[in-house]
Amino acid sequence: MSTELLAALTVFVLAILCGFAVISKVPATLHTPLMSGANSIHGIVLVGSMVIAASATDLLSQVISFIAVAFATMNVVGGYVVTDRMLQMFRRKPVEPKAGAAESPKA
Amino acid sequence: MDLLESLVRIAWLIGAAGFVFGLMRMNSPATARNGNLISAGGMALAVGGTLVLLAVTTNPDSPHPGLPIAGWVIILAGIAFGGGLGLYTARTVKMTAMPQLVSLFNAVGGGAAALIAIDDYLRLAAPLCAGCIIPATQGIQGIPLEVSIPTVLDIVIGGITFTGSLLASGKLMGIISGKPIKVPGGQLVTAGLALIVAVAAIYLWAGNVSVPVLFVIIAASLIFGITMVLPIGGADMPVVISLLNSFTGTAVAMAGFVLGNDVLIIAGALVGASGAILTKLMADAMNRSVLNIMIGGFGGGEGTVSAGGPEGGTVRAIGMDDAAIQLAYATNVIIVPGYGLAVAQAQHAVRELAELLEKRGVNVSYAIHPVAGRMPGHMNVLLAEANVPYPQLREMDDINPEFERADVALVVGANDVTNPAARRAGTPVSGMPILDVDHAKSIIVIKRSMGRGYAGIDNELYVNPKTGMLFTDAKQGLADLVAAVKAL
Repeated sequence: MSTELLAALTVFVLAILCGFAVISKVPATLHTPLMSGANSIHGIVLVGSMVIAASATDLLSQVISFIAVAFATMNVVGGYVVTDRMLQMFRRKPVEPKAGAAESPKA
Repeated sequence: MDLLESLVRIAWLIGAAGFVFGLMRMNSPATARNGNLISAGGMALAVGGTLVLLAVTTNPDSPHPGLPIAGWVIILAGIAFGGGLGLYTARTVKMTAMPQLVSLFNAVGGGAAALIAIDDYLRLAAPLCAGCIIPATQGIQGIPLEVSIPTVLDIVIGGITFTGSLLASGKLMGIISGKPIKVPGGQLVTAGLALIVAVAAIYLWAGNVSVPVLFVIIAASLIFGITMVLPIGGADMPVVISLLNSFTGTAVAMAGFVLGNDVLIIAGALVGASGAILTKLMADAMNRSVLNIMIGGFGGGEGTVSAGGPEGGTVRAIGMDDAAIQLAYATNVIIVPGYGLAVAQAQHAVRELAELLEKRGVNVSYAIHPVAGRMPGHMNVLLAEANVPYPQLREMDDINPEFERADVALVVGANDVTNPAARRAGTPVSGMPILDVDHAKSIIVIKRSMGRGYAGIDNELYVNPKTGMLFTDAKQGLADLVAAVKAL
């Protein structure tokens, strides 16, 4: 087993433990935004898609990497925007219709 | 490693830290939005850094330095296309349709992860022998195990997630029936597919290089995703969606192993772990194992069983004015919303009623069961959208002791999660944690008919002497209640 693989496995296991620790405290109220937020994080696959797109030389590879980049970007952009839209609605006090229209920041 | 690559790797690390920190801030509604922005910032940094790295470094496969024109076109066009689509759908989706959109984003994420592994394998196999089979025995230097293991796992998990999430999304949209669809021998097909994947994977891991076998794995995984989700019913969707989300995270981590990229491994593992926890929480909230849910929903129609409880109790219907008086002169009212409320689009009507009651000095809170809705915590989002302040949204364990002090419990569109039969052994819902609605002094249930819930059994709450049934549509019924309270 190469040193790189061993290092990668270490990172993998520690990140899993980190995920367990971070999520366990989230209240049920926020489970949907949490899942949607986690959903956008796996959009990091865009980085990988860009890497394969950069070195794609034959047509098949180029088509595959284009689809991968498009898919991953949809995941990233859509995920973050929709999570923000959801979280923006969680308020401590009900918003008065007039004040709400004035103060609500554009996402 | 030159300076630029070091800097980009540090940018990836900061991005990964942003994800962890962002998720940490998700544990309170007050900081969650900021957490999401931090996470998005981390993502922008990681992606931007990658683009700079690709633009500057020499590609070993290409004679020219930097990113070739074709690469630029693919990346920029892909980002514009996918980003536009994501932005548009995310901006326009209705909050009730949130689960299917998240599921759709999950599908494309898993698809992208699988494509990376497929592409990587094709490139490694091409110089060895394009499209043909090289048995391990020929002694040709094949594809090493540390590449072939994550490659196969990435394709299998990513493939299952892609079709599984698309199907889940279709079921939630109503394009495909939300009911559990059971094909005779369907489980045999699923088991057969799993066997095919296992045999093909072992063949490749044994050192053989074969593109056709890889395509067998791709096809079997894609079909497996469909046969896995098809028999699962709508009310089990919170579990399925979190499980598939966890799968995508794992597939992305595998793609990280294939490419030797740490940030993919970290982010993927984070999501894989968090999705696994949510899946477990959802399954616990239904007192069923994840396996039991995946194998098939209960109450699929034919199997409707009697709760075996005190049969033949009488159902008491009450009038609108009676219900309005009970609510208006109560001290504590607990509203129990279920998915039926969302289906009837009655979130705003219920908030209006609650505000009206509060103006009269009634304490109003909402009791939310963990699996109310079609994804974990969905009901909270729907009520938040209707402008219900989140301190009023109470979790099951938190509010259950308060039902005893509630003068009225108003149940709208919730069924199985209020059934006291769950406390007894021997019923399909036995052991499922429920909201203690029957402990309230008086209970009002707004319901169209005496129809059964997802579990397919009668709800004993409805024959409780304290229960009054308002037989009407949720939205219309709540609007009528508002009018009746105003008229008092």
